[in-house]
Amino acid sequence: MLKIQNLTKTYSGFTALTDINLEVESGERLGLIGPNGSGKTTLINCISGAIRDYDGEIHFNNDKLNTLRAHERTRKGIARSFQIPKPFSSMTVKQNLLIPLEFAAGQSKLDRMSLEDQADEIIEELGLSDKSNELTLGLTQIEMRKLELARAMAAKPKLLISDEAMAGLSSSEVDDILRILIDLNDRTKISIIMIEHIMRAVMGFSDRIVCLDAGRIIANATPSEVIGNPAVEKAYLGE
Amino acid sequence: MKINRFYLGIGTCLVLSYLATAYVDNQYYFFAGFAILQLMVMALAWNILGGYAGYVNFGSAAFFGIGAYSAIVVLELFNATFFTQIIAGGCFAGLIGFATGYLTLRLRGVYFAIATLALLVVAETLIVNWDYVGGAAGAYVLPTKNPSILGVLIVGKTEALFGNYKELLFFIMCMVTLATIVICRYVEKSKFGRGLAALRDNEEAAECMGVPTLKLKLIATSLSATIMGITGGIFPYYMTFIDPVSAFNLDISVNALAMPLIGGTATWLGPVLGALILGGLQQIVTVTISSSANLLIVGLCLVAFVIFAPNGFLGLIKKYRKNGN
Amino acid sequence: MFSSELLLNAIVIGIFLGGFYAALSIGLSITFGLLDIVNIAHPAFIILGAFICFIFNSHYGLDPILIGIIFAPAFFLLGLLIYRIYYERFEKIGAEPLRGLAFFFGLMFIIEVILIMSFGVDYQMVHANYIDYKATFGVIDIPFRMFVPFAIAMVMAIGLHLFSSRTFFGRAMQAVAQDSLALRLMGINPVKIKMIAFGISLATCSIAGALLVIIMPIEPSVGRLYIGQVFAIVVLGGLGSQSGTLIAAMLLGLLESLVTTFFGPSWSPAIAFSALILVLAFKPTGILGRVGDTRG
Repeated sequence: MLKIQNLTKTYSGFTALTDINLEVESGERLGLIGPNGSGKTTLINCISGAIRDYDGEIHFNNDKLNTLRAHERTRKGIARSFQIPKPFSSMTVKQNLLIPLEFAAGQSKLDRMSLEDQADEIIEELGLSDKSNELTLGLTQIEMRKLELARAMAAKPKLLISDEAMAGLSSSEVDDILRILIDLNDRTKISIIMIEHIMRAVMGFSDRIVCLDAGRIIANATPSEVIGNPAVEKAYLGE
Repeated sequence: MKINRFYLGIGTCLVLSYLATAYVDNQYYFFAGFAILQLMVMALAWNILGGYAGYVNFGSAAFFGIGAYSAIVVLELFNATFFTQIIAGGCFAGLIGFATGYLTLRLRGVYFAIATLALLVVAETLIVNWDYVGGAAGAYVLPTKNPSILGVLIVGKTEALFGNYKELLFFIMCMVTLATIVICRYVEKSKFGRGLAALRDNEEAAECMGVPTLKLKLIATSLSATIMGITGGIFPYYMTFIDPVSAFNLDISVNALAMPLIGGTATWLGPVLGALILGGLQQIVTVTISSSANLLIVGLCLVAFVIFAPNGFLGLIKKYRKNGN
Repeated sequence: MFSSELLLNAIVIGIFLGGFYAALSIGLSITFGLLDIVNIAHPAFIILGAFICFIFNSHYGLDPILIGIIFAPAFFLLGLLIYRIYYERFEKIGAEPLRGLAFFFGLMFIIEVILIMSFGVDYQMVHANYIDYKATFGVIDIPFRMFVPFAIAMVMAIGLHLFSSRTFFGRAMQAVAQDSLALRLMGINPVKIKMIAFGISLATCSIAGALLVIIMPIEPSVGRLYIGQVFAIVVLGGLGSQSGTLIAAMLLGLLESLVTTFFGPSWSPAIAFSALILVLAFKPTGILGRVGDTRG
């Protein structure tokens, strides 16, 4: 479904990604790990279209993405959440979801009522029902993270990228988010790429794990294979 | 039945303004009214890009001036009617607005703001050097004597719809203002408006949520510029003389920005309120103290409100209501 | 009527003009380039400095540059105050950029209006011995009216450069743009640094104002014309790069001088602004700029 070929991204004097080749199948659960600065967020930015001047090619369901702007890619079915939540601060939780429903999910022909119903459904799934009509300013940390995921889900994507949604959360909150993502994949068969540092979450979630280090893929295998991989260990812990 | 109340209000204002021209004799009211309405439209137009989308335009006067001088150009070229003049004004300003946006809206909003200021100086410089429209010396416009449409006398001493040109143009300015309010309200309630709000709140997130941010910004810029151009297009006919200094006056830019900030940027009501308050204040001060004192007041009000009441009057009212409950 | 003599003189004037522009822009290169504060009122403060120069020069006969230097501390304090307000009401609470922009726009307007109310709209100038002096080397004229500001501008530029690279505070100033957190961890308050940096930026306005009024007569709205110049230079030079600013200033000075000599002075305001629009449209990172700063 997603096919990345020879992706390279350089800034003047600094190479963030080198020759990335990666495929993600429909319905797959992919974990993306790697130490800070290894290029995970850059990779996500290239896929989502926040960065467009990269070398190499990205194909999504046989569409070549390179020239498409981020909003066009979202409409094609790629949605992402942000590591540092970026809510629409003048809007309520529900209104935040109505934006992707209206603009990305191809639902604009439907009337307002059914859009709101769909928003309500997602809010319910994420456990945000009691904050549905509140402005985003009043949300707690975990509620913000859930909103990020809810928004991405409201775009009705075929591929969802979750960028460190669990960072800094308590153990039970991590479980909460994990359950949501696993449920989503089970129910809808949406492919999910999860970027995380919390190993037990990644291990429990992923069908396959890709590890980046200094802009290169150093491992691309099942969780148990990756865990035993000495290169991965070196990347995280040093020599 | 809220929508109907709104249009009822619009219709009433329109009728009242015509009746005013019929029954009010003191010409000063039309002069002051025209000035305030002119600024009100500029503020409403500014707010489409500034308030709804969050992109600051310092060069409102540029679009106004371009509108005014487009009117002069078509007048010189083929003795265009008043109607054609304002259409030309709107079109050219809209085009330039689009072009400026196309060049700079991909960058941070700050650069767009600076570019609009640049546009103001460049436009003024170009006109100053262009003799066809009179250059620095300015240009005169002679309104048609006793104009009529379909046999009905529009302006004349007796038996006409309006007693003189100032009253006619005041009424036209009312129409333009009301039309602009209708447009603004429509934008607010539309998908376009919701997209603008999302991009104002967080452009990166909006783009990733499927909002075509560049396209929406360009539309907002062009719409804003077109309305400003139309307002500018009316100016020469009203003043019968314009020059680059009056057409590209920075005061227009400052007012267009200050009024929505003072009134409130969230809806059309803010610029209207801001124009009435600030515009009215300026009229009073100009008459009682001096015209530079009035500018000082605009500047001080702007800074004070930006520092202490960022959501304008409407924001303050909202806050007091909340605290009261 | 192109002649090599005309060209040579245009180039010399261009270099002097470039140096002067560097003086105008160096303060903005600190506020906009390093601190990311869009101080659109920067040229207005320069005009303020120029008018202060004018009063004291015409009433007390003091040398304009001396006045500029004497008032620099006052401008510095003013800068501290303004930054304090800006920080408390805008930066600290993460307000939308619109507010900060409108704030400085309002300040600019207030300064202009106060100057109009105090001095009227007539052009004013200063007098000093060297202003009318002209040295001649062969076919090249060196009007001191332009040369002296150029010299002072160079001194200022070198001084600031040394300050930024050699002193602790100067380096902290460079660092605050890149990594405030690291500074905090070192026990340095980034807010204080930014405040002082802003103060320095305004202090340069005092001196730049003196240079301005030596070069040409001034009136209150002249500041607006320079907005294009200074922002074009800072952006073209690359945000945060003081040497870039200097180079860009020179280029712009040369360009303007050549255009003015061969096409007439009434086009010169448009040059800088057009240059700015073109730079923004096609190469926003500037000559020596930082990556990723201008993209929206």
